[in-house]
Amino acid sequence: MIEVKNVYFTYPNGVEALKGVSLTIKDGEFVAIMGQNGAGKTTLVKHFNGLLKPTKGIVLVDGVDTRKVSVATLARKVGFVFQNPDHQLFSETVEDEISFALKNFRFEAETINKRVDWALNLLGLTRYKKTSPFMLSGGERKRVALASVLAWNPKILILDEPTIGQDYQQKEKLRHFILQLNAQKKTVIIVTHDVEFVAECNPRVILMSNGEIIADGEARKILTDPKIVTEASIVPPQITQIFIKLKNYGFPRDILDIYEAREAILNSLRKGFK
Amino acid sequence: MAIIETENLTYTYPGATNPSIRNVSIKIEKGEFVLITGPSGCGKTTLCRCFNGLIPHFYQGKLEGEVFVAGLKVDEHSIHELAKHVGLVFQNPENQLFALSVEKDVAFGLENLGVPRDEIRRRVDWAMKLTGIYHLKDRAPNELSGGQQQRVAIASVLAMKPEIIVLDEPTSFLDPLGAENIFKVIYELNRKFGITIILVEHRLDLTAKYADHIIIMDNGEILLDGETRSVLNSEKARLVGVGIPKATRLYQILKKDRVNLRSTIPLSSDEMAAMLEEVLKSK
Ligand SMILES: Nc1ncnc2c1ncn2[C@@H]1O[C@H](COP(=O)(O)OP(=O)(O)OP(=O)(O)O)[C@@H](O)[C@H]1O
Ligand SMILES: Nc1ncnc2c1ncn2[C@@H]1O[C@H](COP(=O)(O)OP(=O)(O)OP(=O)(O)O)[C@@H](O)[C@H]1O
Ligand SMILES: [Mg+2]
Ligand SMILES: [Mg+2]
Repeated sequence: MIEVKNVYFTYPNGVEALKGVSLTIKDGEFVAIMGQNGAGKTTLVKHFNGLLKPTKGIVLVDGVDTRKVSVATLARKVGFVFQNPDHQLFSETVEDEISFALKNFRFEAETINKRVDWALNLLGLTRYKKTSPFMLSGGERKRVALASVLAWNPKILILDEPTIGQDYQQKEKLRHFILQLNAQKKTVIIVTHDVEFVAECNPRVILMSNGEIIADGEARKILTDPKIVTEASIVPPQITQIFIKLKNYGFPRDILDIYEAREAILNSLRKGFK
Repeated sequence: MAIIETENLTYTYPGATNPSIRNVSIKIEKGEFVLITGPSGCGKTTLCRCFNGLIPHFYQGKLEGEVFVAGLKVDEHSIHELAKHVGLVFQNPENQLFALSVEKDVAFGLENLGVPRDEIRRRVDWAMKLTGIYHLKDRAPNELSGGQQQRVAIASVLAMKPEIIVLDEPTSFLDPLGAENIFKVIYELNRKFGITIILVEHRLDLTAKYADHIIIMDNGEILLDGETRSVLNSEKARLVGVGIPKATRLYQILKKDRVNLRSTIPLSSDEMAAMLEEVLKSK
């Protein structure tokens, strides 16, 4: 469980990035943190693995105050994938990159090999096992960063912009995998601008603006509320936008995906033909 | 002559065994808005690097075939010379930022071209306002959020107003409203000033509606190349798994259900809503 109690954070240059944030994320939750550029999303999640410590207020991870433990201790429990993969990758080959944490945590050699191959396969990187991460495309590098954390199966997973640079099929794979983790009661926290991805996952959404939380609730409720969405510099999913434009035709106002859309339209046309 | 033309372009990175792009022959006309898409790793960034001379001048490797950009044969002209015609917004904004302040970063390219001081002032302010970073002008780029950095990278290319702008997933770090605004700005530059736009994107929901022309790559090769609506409606596009806009998908599904929609394929929520409205009104 992650408990954030009235947290403030100011960077050395004087920027106040968090201004009194409080929230609780329970074990097994799937949360998407969204909101405008510079709202403080990355700053907030860096508090969850102790990379940043609050200027004021407290962050507890499973009851432990993050100011009282090292990042290395927290790292065993909290996996963190950076927004920019280049901040994370340093090894000579993709295989070394993915096995690094596994070795650090003293997994057995056989387990390491198995986990590495599993992660390579999950993220479509098998053919790059012996390649340098710096010779890969942008989307591939992001997937190496994801693989290196998913491989050791942390209890809490924090993914800053996991879908950046990913094509539709990779995103689908990632979505299925996250939902699977979630079914196993892992906590998954993503920071994302990808409205379509969130619409398809329907997690709990936390909206941030200007260092504060301005909304917290089910994706379906939040992404279909035009007012709150605009306040957080978000645009509703494309399907929802269609129904916002058709608001005078009596459709439900919280339609998120294509299948719901199809049903609503066919229903409405059927009624008309009676 | 087309403003960009490649003929049987094949390129292999140094140390790589296989080429990253193969036999690419495309033509981009002056003033077009072109979208390039395709699975991660298919060669989009590599192709863009051929347009501004990073390939073959910075990435050496092995280049076969020809690339002409604004009438110049790319391998015979320096990156500096090509920069007068083509601006590239990198996929990773951090690789593009180096100055001590946002403002200096945006001005850098113009200073290099020897543009007069007051003209620089005007263009830098214009670009910073368009991208929503004017309030950050004195901040250090390395102390900005990811999205703020990406805005700086875009501003520094817009300020140059080159005749060709290549943008490699330019809004991947931007908030959705910010991304929409940037696409609108780019579209306006394209329509008003005839600037040729080449946009690399996975998220067609956000961008297909702006493009006259779309190129879909797969595994280093050109898979589809043509007018946006017809390409996106094709079976091949669906099979390669590019994320066709949701509005387009909904249209295809409802057509199968025999809903009496007009025959032009929609690319945006506006177009789809308008078509549905026709049907709903006439029922
Ligand atoms: N290293 C840093 N030093 C100083 N200020 C910073 C630093 N990193 C971020 N900031 C500032 O702190 C604020 C919050 O930044 P943060 O990176 O948390 O935003 P974000 O919500 O993740 O934005 P984005 O969507 O653009 O990634 C912004 O105003 C940003 O400019
Ligand atoms: N510097 C490099 N050296 C060697 N190989 C590279 C280099 N950069 C990319 N590659 C390889 O070339 C191929 C094409 O990469 P490219 O970056 O052009 O893909 P992309 O379509 O832009 O992908 P993405 O959508 O993930 O950004 C990939 O297989 C990649 O691994
Ligand atoms: Mg961030
Ligand atoms: Mg790329």
